[in-house]
Amino acid sequence: MTNIIEVQNLTKKFGSAEGEFTAVKDVSFSVGEGEIFAFLGPNGAGKSTTIKMLTTLLHQTSGTILINGSDPRKDSDAVRRSFGIVFQDPSLDDDLTALENLQLHGMLYGVPPATLAARIEELLALVELSGRRNDFIRDFSGGMKRRLEIARGLLHHPKIIFLDEPTLGLDPQTRNHLWSYVQKLNADEGITVFFTTHYMEEADRVAKRIAIIDHGTLIAQGTGGELKAQTGTATLEDAFLKLTGSEIREEAGSSADHLRLRGQLWHGGRR
Amino acid sequence: MKAIYIMWLREVKRFIRSKSRIVGALGQPILFLVALGYGLGPVFQKAGQGNYLEFIAPGIIGMSIIFTAIFNGMQIIWDRQFGFLKETMVAPVSRTSIMFGRTLGGATVAAMQGVLVLLIAIVAGFRPVSVFGLLPAVVAMLLVAFLFSALGIAVASKLKDMQGFQLIMNFLVMPLFFLSGALFPLGDVPAALLWIARFDPLSYGVDALRAFLIGTATFPLALDAAVLVGVSAVFLWLGARFFSEIEV
Repeated sequence: MTNIIEVQNLTKKFGSAEGEFTAVKDVSFSVGEGEIFAFLGPNGAGKSTTIKMLTTLLHQTSGTILINGSDPRKDSDAVRRSFGIVFQDPSLDDDLTALENLQLHGMLYGVPPATLAARIEELLALVELSGRRNDFIRDFSGGMKRRLEIARGLLHHPKIIFLDEPTLGLDPQTRNHLWSYVQKLNADEGITVFFTTHYMEEADRVAKRIAIIDHGTLIAQGTGGELKAQTGTATLEDAFLKLTGSEIREEAGSSADHLRLRGQLWHGGRR
Repeated sequence: MKAIYIMWLREVKRFIRSKSRIVGALGQPILFLVALGYGLGPVFQKAGQGNYLEFIAPGIIGMSIIFTAIFNGMQIIWDRQFGFLKETMVAPVSRTSIMFGRTLGGATVAAMQGVLVLLIAIVAGFRPVSVFGLLPAVVAMLLVAFLFSALGIAVASKLKDMQGFQLIMNFLVMPLFFLSGALFPLGDVPAALLWIARFDPLSYGVDALRAFLIGTATFPLALDAAVLVGVSAVFLWLGARFFSEIEV
């Protein structure tokens, strides 16, 4: 099996007048082609920063990334064509219909017009939204938006799909359905799935391999079984808590928020 | 090319669908036309300046264009807050083409709004000097719309949330409008005000509109065109630069 995601000694530092903050510290891992890979960690552990670097939205301070053989810093367009992404927060245009959102994506990604319509229908059927194609996104529920975003992320036949907390805020029924689409896609199209979640049970059930990041450092990786065996626990949730500790983490929305927070702490401390 | 087209289409579709936005954006120009056009008309006439409604109609068209264009550029802030911006940021197309498509879309939308105000002004009693001036007037509207659309995007790319919006309205858009000669002839104003107006690109836009619609002008038409094109190019370059630096 070849590796479609190759990350070596990845480090990201955010600098500000108040000082430097290392969000990701010397992280190395790889994801094989066709694998379902879970990337777990408490809030503020460095998950989002890592995903941003993998998906060309942020440049690393040091270390190397190869996505489908290309470097996100040097050949961002090749990397962007090779993945689809479902962000943590919805990123659809509320004032366009489901169909228009998909058409817009198809045109941005250069999907040939001859095949675009058929591909859209195929994916709408997969996520069971064919009947809602002409409805505006503002009338969609959270679960419907998520399903449509998955369809959109797959439109250009990517080799990898990144799902950043795809089941957050969804009911158990929708979550179940969503994972069954993802597993079906993985089986049918051989697509590599890279996802984050706070639901340990989902990660254990769906992922073939799991990596856990905390305080910017990768602290464990392996199959669900391996992580449980390593920690001597019965469930992945227990293994996760044993590895990362049970104290509550400061919620930090983004790297910018993180910086701001640290700046405040710094100033507060000096006064 | 496709990316430019689809981003343009998105702006136009969203505009045509938001009936409340179109009507809302027409309220202010109508108020200005009626209150100022009819209200100050007699004073203007007594001062020997002719018909005030005729005079301010091109200025009010300019006003609706600058408001719509800058507001449209500011939509980037909404797109950032509601997530859609990310979708375009990870697409395998250059950010410059995304920005250019958005600018063209914003320009089209603002020019459409300008044409609507022109029609309303005609209903209110405004008579363009010649039908042959209408087409060049629309071209001038597009240029003005493009310029301020690019400016709106440049400004919005630097803002993280809508909190700066009021600041932009009060310290950028309003001065640009009020100091442009949209409401008064630049011919007889104090030298200081004329100098300020000379640094306001909207002055040249309104001046070109007056040249085509009522046949009077303060500046030579070639100067109007040169300033509008030149400043548009600068704002477009600035907007493309700031837009490409956005971190989502």
